[in-house]
Amino acid sequence: MTPSDQELMSIASELRFRVIRTSSLSETPHVGSCLSCIDLLVYLYWRVLRIDPKDPLCKQRDRFILSKGHAAPALFQVLAKRGFYDVADLENYGSEGSIFGEHPPAPMHLPGIEAATGSLGHGLSMGLGMAMAGRYRKLRYHTYVVLSDGECNEGSVWESAMMASAQGIKSLTAIVDYNKWQATGRSNEVTGLAPLVEKWAAFGWHVLEIDGHDFKEIQSAIADEDELDRPKVIVAHTVKGKGVSFMEDDNNWHYRIPSASEVQKAATELGMAREYARQ
Amino acid sequence: MRNAFAQEVTELAENDPRIILLSGDIGNRLFDGLRARCPSQFVNCGVAEANMIGVAGGMALSGLRPITYTIAPFTTTRCLEQIRVDIAYHRAPVIIVGTGAGLSYASLGPTHHSLEDFAILRAIPNLRILAPWDPPSLCYVLRQALLDVAPTYIRIGKKGERSLCTIDKVEGIGRLTRISTGMGIAIVAVGTIADEAVLATQKLKDAGMSVTLALAHTVKPFPERDFSELLNTHDHIITVEEHSVAAGFGESSVNFANRSGFRGRLFSMGAPDLFFDKLASQSGARARAGISASAIIEMVKALTHHIS
Repeated sequence: MTPSDQELMSIASELRFRVIRTSSLSETPHVGSCLSCIDLLVYLYWRVLRIDPKDPLCKQRDRFILSKGHAAPALFQVLAKRGFYDVADLENYGSEGSIFGEHPPAPMHLPGIEAATGSLGHGLSMGLGMAMAGRYRKLRYHTYVVLSDGECNEGSVWESAMMASAQGIKSLTAIVDYNKWQATGRSNEVTGLAPLVEKWAAFGWHVLEIDGHDFKEIQSAIADEDELDRPKVIVAHTVKGKGVSFMEDDNNWHYRIPSASEVQKAATELGMAREYARQ
Repeated sequence: MRNAFAQEVTELAENDPRIILLSGDIGNRLFDGLRARCPSQFVNCGVAEANMIGVAGGMALSGLRPITYTIAPFTTTRCLEQIRVDIAYHRAPVIIVGTGAGLSYASLGPTHHSLEDFAILRAIPNLRILAPWDPPSLCYVLRQALLDVAPTYIRIGKKGERSLCTIDKVEGIGRLTRISTGMGIAIVAVGTIADEAVLATQKLKDAGMSVTLALAHTVKPFPERDFSELLNTHDHIITVEEHSVAAGFGESSVNFANRSGFRGRLFSMGAPDLFFDKLASQSGARARAGISASAIIEMVKALTHHIS
């Protein structure tokens, strides 16, 4: 049963709360980076990706790579809720020996993970390789890669962008979580990142520009059919820390760990007070 | 060895559709045969080695057997992180082929020399390092690497390497291939420097000195079993590689010999801590690096004098 937009928003709020709470309990940073891409991840995992949590290695499965690996806390929550492993498994998040930390581990360690990321600039190349393999083997899967805007500083991103367009690969979609911040400054100021849309277009990609928190716009972009054989990039304008008023567009939340009272305030804002009270 | 590689990979690709050759825009007409016979199994990735390795990783994780090919320093020092993360950490069964081993491209200057690849790759888990010495050993290790399904770096020469033994005489991965058996001193030559070692041992034999010569195509995993046998049956060991003395096969040997309690002397011959920026032929550069046949002979004589 396909969830409605309302149900997706509810899932996104729940996962936002869990990210914030887990960050506080395990002292895992990058809350802001997680919150900016939660809506994209929720849409992909509940509406788009042809995946089966009971058969995570099905060769026809769609692939998803979180190239901005520091948003792993969001991905871990998504995969748990989606059924790749028990939500209870996340209780040891950040503990000694836990597989759940700041970045996705290699695929053999956790079902649902396609690539171990964390060092920026790797995911698009690996995703391109996966997409090319699918085309070569005549498998129908699509490969999605979510990058951060700061990640587009890396030269390797543009190496793969050039090759992807030269290959005319249609089964690859990149999504840039364009929250306008990177670790230590505005992403349009640290490097000459803007105009980002024009850059991708110049590299031969089919480019769409959306509000990355609007499910209707995400839907429209994902569904958009291009007549040319080329990869697609969705430049998704987002807000770092989206969903919690005292976190939105505040880059302190790149590294800052929420206090217990901040977790409570966030829970209230996200409509998760009851779940907060249950913990 | 480049031509041998191209021929071998073409034959292998014809029989295994999973094999994809990824080239870093190199090898002028080298892969014309592959492109003609298996066009969909050749991909020119352009001069973008980091991306090429990442693409190979993604392909390998999706059921293919990619082999990347470019000049050794471009596929090692340049994109080390991609090898480390996309290939080795993922255990992605990619074969990374670097041509121009050591000083094969001596005349092109230090940017094209490969004297650090063993050093930087040895420290990466899950990655095997192979250095065949001639076309037959290249064919052997390539076929074995495909059978073994593990991340593998293979460093090969350029051109003109003579065959030192037939393929059926090449020992397995992690083994040494014995060329000659002598007394007192054993030489272990790694990869393409084997040619100099063969020349040296022949001249020594002509002068009445018989030494053992074993060839190593496996840098990692270290060939412990066969190296142990040499330690147990010889007084002194010389290793020689077309690589820096720093952190190469020689250092592995020293560490292993120490752990084994070897009481003899072990000399690691390799390139000194220098860039070789004067124009030179490969043989001239080897001489300057102190790893030529003459240098090996001098080392043996010095050791022999020490023994006596």
